[in-house]
Amino acid sequence: MSSVIASEPKAEQAPQSPGAAAAVPTPKPRGEFLYFALRSRKFLIASTILLILVGIAVLGPIIDSTNPNAQDGLMNQGPSLKAGYWMGSTSFGEDVFSQFANGLRATFFVGLLGGGLAALVGMAIGFTAGYRGGWIDEILNMVTNVFLVIPTLALLIVIASYLQRSWPEARGILFEAIFVGLTSWPWAARAIRAQTFTLRSRDFIDLAKLSGRRGWKIILQEIAPNMSSYLFMTFILLFGGAILIAASLDFIGLGPTNGMSLGLMMYNSLNYGAALFLGLWWWFIPPGIGIMATVGALYVMNVGLDEIFNPKLREI
Amino acid sequence: MLSLNRVSKYYKVGTFGGKELAAVRDVSFDVDAGEVVSLIGESGSGKTTIGKMVLKLIDISRGSITCDGQDVTGLHGGAVKSYYRHVQGVFQDPFSSYNPIFKADRVLTMIRSEYFSDMARSEWNDKVDAALRAVTLDPGQVLNKYPHQLSGGQLQRLLVARALLLDLKILVADEIISMLDASTRIDVLNLLAELKGRGMGILFITHDLSLGNYISEKTVILRHGVIAEMGATDKVFGNPTHPYTKALISSVPQLHKKWADVDAEILARGGADTGTCLFHQAYPPTAPVTGKGAVKQDSSDLPPTLVKVEDDHYVGCFDLGAATCQVA
Ligand SMILES: Nc1ncnc2c1ncn2[C@@H]1O[C@H](COP(=O)(O)OP(=O)(O)OP(=O)(O)O)[C@@H](O)[C@H]1O
Ligand SMILES: [Mg+2]
Repeated sequence: MSSVIASEPKAEQAPQSPGAAAAVPTPKPRGEFLYFALRSRKFLIASTILLILVGIAVLGPIIDSTNPNAQDGLMNQGPSLKAGYWMGSTSFGEDVFSQFANGLRATFFVGLLGGGLAALVGMAIGFTAGYRGGWIDEILNMVTNVFLVIPTLALLIVIASYLQRSWPEARGILFEAIFVGLTSWPWAARAIRAQTFTLRSRDFIDLAKLSGRRGWKIILQEIAPNMSSYLFMTFILLFGGAILIAASLDFIGLGPTNGMSLGLMMYNSLNYGAALFLGLWWWFIPPGIGIMATVGALYVMNVGLDEIFNPKLREI
Repeated sequence: MLSLNRVSKYYKVGTFGGKELAAVRDVSFDVDAGEVVSLIGESGSGKTTIGKMVLKLIDISRGSITCDGQDVTGLHGGAVKSYYRHVQGVFQDPFSSYNPIFKADRVLTMIRSEYFSDMARSEWNDKVDAALRAVTLDPGQVLNKYPHQLSGGQLQRLLVARALLLDLKILVADEIISMLDASTRIDVLNLLAELKGRGMGILFITHDLSLGNYISEKTVILRHGVIAEMGATDKVFGNPTHPYTKALISSVPQLHKKWADVDAEILARGGADTGTCLFHQAYPPTAPVTGKGAVKQDSSDLPPTLVKVEDDHYVGCFDLGAATCQVA
């Protein structure tokens, strides 16, 4: 077992070995990725936007440690550097920048955890169904279809109102991320199942079996590496999808009751803060742009990745 | 050593798996140590299916396969792994036998991690060198390369070398030289002959009659999943008895003739010159068959599938699909 693990990284590092490099006329896989990534304008622009947003999410709350929910400041302040409200304040006297930075943090948290969870469930089900086939596939397919048609919103309303009474502390961002993750995996499972299905009948899978390998070892060591780019792109899409779902849940008032998120900012500003009426545009425009920019950049990045991974789409 | 006993494979086909396709029916033959058995048949006759059943890559629908007297069908988990220590396969398409994103020699390191994980590195390297030399490969030329950097012949021989790392008794070679050019073909054929000399049993799957004739001691002619004729190669080729075999062998010189044409040709002739069906002469279709059959029927009450023509030469029913089986 240990020797298996030890032997794998060798295959990964191998492209760097000088002997191979001398004889290889084509770019090395990893170098090739970087080469085309740096030439893909879509990928570059999208990752720059994402980097900036991540920077705000990570550094913002550190630089400005104002509590985003503290209602102890001046009310209805427009954005200005002098007053100490870079991005203005709300009609409750909360600091918008602090809300925005913390909300962005929550957004990435939901995206990472929700998207990651969905990717894990989707991979577990997709790989198993596609590799095993037969009745296991049929059962998993049925489960997937059930989750696909479950009215997610109705389910969440029930769960949220239940939690409201019995366990209010639980209705935070963590709960939201887990809920989104556990309901948004079905399409990923289907896509991965289809890919696995085409790979599992290849001769090299049979050869791995003839080498004494079975089951998950084959899925993880033969099938998954062959679709790593595909899996990565699936994750990116799930990431963006989780952010969007979480934002819409927040916006209809099913978001976290403790903590802050971009969707919650918009919900509060329009429902409680009378932001539209008072003309406090700096309260609801930034979170809207934040969500759009994050999700948009993720999707553009996905298209860019497609060009990088798929030579047929590369611009020459 | 390896023994197939009335092996059948049915695939479920159709929209809801409602129909069954008989890919292989009641196939029985042996592969002994130091012997090459060629399994010859046209495309779709079930050759690969038989090879994969021997290699336990697909399940057997009916019948049994034994290796050294041990039933292979019931093996699970670790027992399958030790079975693969003695029985290995090489497939038709060398390029798809390699995972394209890994180095080609990964097929060797996989064997090490599964079977020789506690062997010292130097000892392992010597073993790999010996196996590569046995297939006339230069280690420096094939190790540390990606599959697309090697030729089909090199890849194919590397797969044989991989099998040689184990304690091999049976090698299933599924059309292993059909993708190779003439010069590498000879190398691989010579290699097989040498392995045979070392006491290995080889199931040589091919659609090329002359190749089968050249290399094998024993020949099995497969037609639509059923054995048409089998026996010692010189007897099958020297005294073809089944109308299908006759037609095949007579058309060998016509290199470009397609297998399907041969089949159609016999059918077009309406079986007029196929002669009396030897099989049904021995086992009349009307009479209930209770007698012990010619091939491996000793332990079962099932009707026989082949009839003996002479020593070490058997033939199946002459029926070619259009009532061509004539019983006197
Ligand atoms: N997984 C499968 N499902 C359904 N039918 C199958 C499957 N695999 C093979 N078959 C059918 O079984 C029959 C035998 O196939 P097989 O691959 O054994 O033929 P073959 O003799 O190896 O042909 P070739 O010379 O083209 O390789 C064919 O009719 C094929 O369509
Ligand atoms: Mg085949």
